This record gives sequence, C-alpha cells and structure tokens, in this order.
Amino acid sequence: MQPDTLLSFRDVNTHYGDLHVLKGVNYTIGRGEIVSLLGGNASGKSTTMKTIMGIVRPTTGSVAFDGQEIQRLSTSERVRRGIAPVLEARRLFPRMTIYENLEMGAYTQKRDAQFADDLDRVYGLFPRVKERRSQLAGTLSGGEQQMVAIGRALMARPRLICMDEPSMGLSPLYVEQVFDIIVEINRQGTTIFMVEQNAAMALSIAHRAYVLQTGHVVLSGTAAELRENPAIKEAYLGEMQVAPA
Amino acid sequence: MTATDLLVQQAINGLSLGAMYALLALGFTLVYGILELINFSHFNIFMVGSFVALMALEAMGVVGQQTVMSGFPLVGVLFVAFLATTMFTGTLGVLIYRFLLRPLRGVKGPAAMITTIGVSYILFNIVLLTIGADAKNFPNPLPPIQWAIGGAVLRLREVLIWVIALLLMGGLTYFVQYTRLGKAMRATAQDPEAARMMGVEVDRVIMTAFFLGSALAGAGGMIFGLYYNFTSFIVGFNAGLRAFTAAVLGGIGNVPGAMLGGVIIGLIEAVSGQMIATGWTDVIIFSILVLVLVFRPSGLLGRVAPNKS
Repeated sequence: MQPDTLLSFRDVNTHYGDLHVLKGVNYTIGRGEIVSLLGGNASGKSTTMKTIMGIVRPTTGSVAFDGQEIQRLSTSERVRRGIAPVLEARRLFPRMTIYENLEMGAYTQKRDAQFADDLDRVYGLFPRVKERRSQLAGTLSGGEQQMVAIGRALMARPRLICMDEPSMGLSPLYVEQVFDIIVEINRQGTTIFMVEQNAAMALSIAHRAYVLQTGHVVLSGTAAELRENPAIKEAYLGEMQVAPA
Repeated sequence: MTATDLLVQQAINGLSLGAMYALLALGFTLVYGILELINFSHFNIFMVGSFVALMALEAMGVVGQQTVMSGFPLVGVLFVAFLATTMFTGTLGVLIYRFLLRPLRGVKGPAAMITTIGVSYILFNIVLLTIGADAKNFPNPLPPIQWAIGGAVLRLREVLIWVIALLLMGGLTYFVQYTRLGKAMRATAQDPEAARMMGVEVDRVIMTAFFLGSALAGAGGMIFGLYYNFTSFIVGFNAGLRAFTAAVLGGIGNVPGAMLGGVIIGLIEAVSGQMIATGWTDVIIFSILVLVLVFRPSGLLGRVAPNKS
C-alpha cells in the first residue's frame, strides 16, 4: 500500500443473502484524488458506497481508511473519522429546514467555533443555500437539493466524500455547476470517491477511475487512459457493455 | 345548571381526559414515526404506570382519600411519584424494545406488532395475578379547592392535570424541535438510512423514543388515577384504544397531531356523554374516527403524500 493511500478495498466480497454482489474487489484511493467509479446498473456501485459507509458489511476482505481497518466499525464511527456521504437522490430530510439538514451533517462534530466556520464555508460555496436556510428541504428543486446534500457532507469536516450519482436527475446547467463545485472542494483538500453514470462528465474531472461490472473491477486507470479506451468509448459514451477483462 | 354551564363543565372534563389521551397518544406516535410499528404494549404500560404512581404515593404515606396535603409537601410528593412513575415506565419501554423488539428489526411482516400485543397481555396478567382483579383506591392528596365558572366547577385537580400535561407536551416539543437528539429523532423518522449515514446511532434514537413515549404513558397513568381516584388492571384498554384513535385522528407519526387528536377525543367523550348518552360514547368516537379516515386517511395533521422523498 502506498503511504498516501486514504481508502482501500482489499479482496472485498459482499452478499445480500445468497446474492453475491462485490466479487473480490480492490480499490485504492489516494489522498487528494478524485476517483470515479463507473458501471452499469446492478454492477455493485451503490454497494461499494454502502460498504464504505458501513451500511453493508463485507463477508470477506478488508476496507482500510487512513491506514486502519474499518470494516467492523459502526457507521457513526466512520463518519467521525472523516468519511461523509452525498447520497444517491440526495436523500435530504425533507421536513427539516436546510439549516437543520446542515446541522445533521455536523452530527458527529462538536458545536464549537468550527461549526460556524464550516457553515460559512458551505454558505460561501453555495450562496443560494444561505438564502434559503430556513426553508424546508423538501421544497427545493433537485439542483438546489444537491447543493444542500454536498453542503451537508462538508459539515462533517470529511477527509473523504463518497458521492453516489451526484448528477442524477439534474438539468445540464446544474450538472455543470455540481461538477465545478466538486473540483473546488477537491482543490480545498478533500478526497472524492464518486459513483457516476455520466461517464463523460466524471472522466473530465476525475484523476483516476475504476470500471465495475457485475461485481468485478474490469478496468482501471487514469481518467485520460480511460477516455481513450475503445471499450469505454463504446460502453459509456455509447450504449454497449464492456466485455469482462 | 343551564345548558351553557353543562357545556362548560363538559369542556373542563373533556380537556382533562384529552390531556391524558394526548400524553398516551404521543407514545404511539413517537414509536410509529420511527419504526412504523404500532406498539400495543403501550396500553398496559399506561396501566402499570397508574399502579407505580399508586404505590409511590402510598409508600410516601399518601393513602386513600384521607391524606390531604397542600403547599410544598403536596408538590414534593406528587413530583416524587411522577418521577418514580415515569422512570419506571420509561425503563420498561426501553427494556421491551431492547430485548423483545430489537431482535425482530429487519423481520418483515407483523411479527413485531404481534409481539407488542403479547407483551401487553403479559403486563396485564402480571398485574392481575400479583395485585388482583379488584379496583384499587387511588390517593387524592389534593386539597378540595375549586372555582365556580358560572354554574360549572373547576377543581384544583383539573388545573393540575392541565399544567402537568402542558409542561410535558411543551418539553417534548422543545426536545424534538431544538435538541441534538430530538433532531436526530426527526431525521431518523424521515429517512433512517440517511440519518445513520450522518452518524446518528439509530438504535439510541429508537430507545429514546421508547423511553419518552413510555414515560409519557406512565404520566398519563398517574393522571388517570388522580382524575378518577381509582385504578385497576383493566384500565389500559379503554384509555389505550382512545389514545391510539387520537394518534390516528391527528395523523400518526405527527407530534402536534397526537396532542390535537387527544384533546378532540377527550372533548368528544365528555360532551357526547353529556349530550347523548355515556353508553354511546364509544360508538361516537369510533364513528368519527372512521369518517376522518375515509375522508382524510392521513389524519388531521398528517401528510397525504408518502413520507419518503
């Protein structure tokens, strides 16, 4: 393992009952990277995110964060150690205000001066979120909700943000904005691991990417390599499936 | 008494009953809001609460109708009995969750609900077999102070019941709205998995809901005793069913809804008992429930849309 690895999966297998989802998967996410995880439906992308957050436990294999194995830790302990999610379909608390949603993001943090700084940072990145802070989250548009979802993750003061489909259901204008923000957050020092259907967008901002297919990592490499890979071009910039490697 | 006086009198009675039902309804709503589970053991946690209050009062020498107190001793005795009751029933609720319901989390279907019915019967029978089937005299240490409102009478005990209920409901509302754990509770009710990924220990939130709900049921049980001056192993069913109705009427899962539903059911009970006939009270209450559910299935303050977004 390289010394600057932040998150790694080693031979991780997961099962839902009899269903074998992740099949001996390995990932290495370096500190400061944006790493994208590509793959079709039911390839195991969301299971990967749930395994990082501790919602799904691996049956075998290990998950390490910051040099320590975390696969047996509770979700709240993982959040406390610096992993925060941006969930698929945002999953804001719809009948709580935006401010309360941000507070929930900071649930594992002490209510000290840092909380105010974090809040300022989120309001700085998303002026609209500040304007609407007393509004119920359920009343926002999809794009606005995504900004709150990203803000909520930042409130946990994370070292790693796991994003599940940040562009899903957003208008092209918002997709552009969301990806700009992701780059900005990464530049400010947070590592990003991102599941994304929009491969072209994901590869345009990621440093590296993994391609997952029916629970196997079938390809990995730098974003530039993958953009030039003919199989990727066909499968993700077109419609067809990548043949198993 | 004129018709107006009667109405005022029944409003006073109805608000007292309503306060009791509201406290009990809150327990149904808190647990349902998070687990989508109807906790039928709540019926008899209320009944157990009335006995704990009775024993606590008797242990302090307050027995039957003879002991009349006032001032600080009265407040002190009631407060100690209240604390003993709510701590006991709150802990009982947590234990029921921890040992009987938590193992069933993730089991689909009615297993958990059936378990709560079983627990309810166990509590019922334990009290029946250990304390007996006859109704017990509940101490009434309150001085016989009362005020005339026209021809109607407002007694100190009703004022006391209102004050206790308002303080508890205010406290609960504050807790749910403004504290860290209360917000975690709301978040968990809206999206348990997302709350968990914010770092919320969902199990702790559920136990808090059981503790608070069961403690409020205990408080309701004590109020029952103070109001009716008796208690018995059987009192949980009527009160529990009405409180459950109140929770559904207000919109189950909704905290203000449970309070509103409780007060409405209490008022209906008192006024229909007066205006029509006591025997018809249940018919009226449950007819109203059925009508509300037909025209507003989510209850008065409930949400019509599914609660996940």
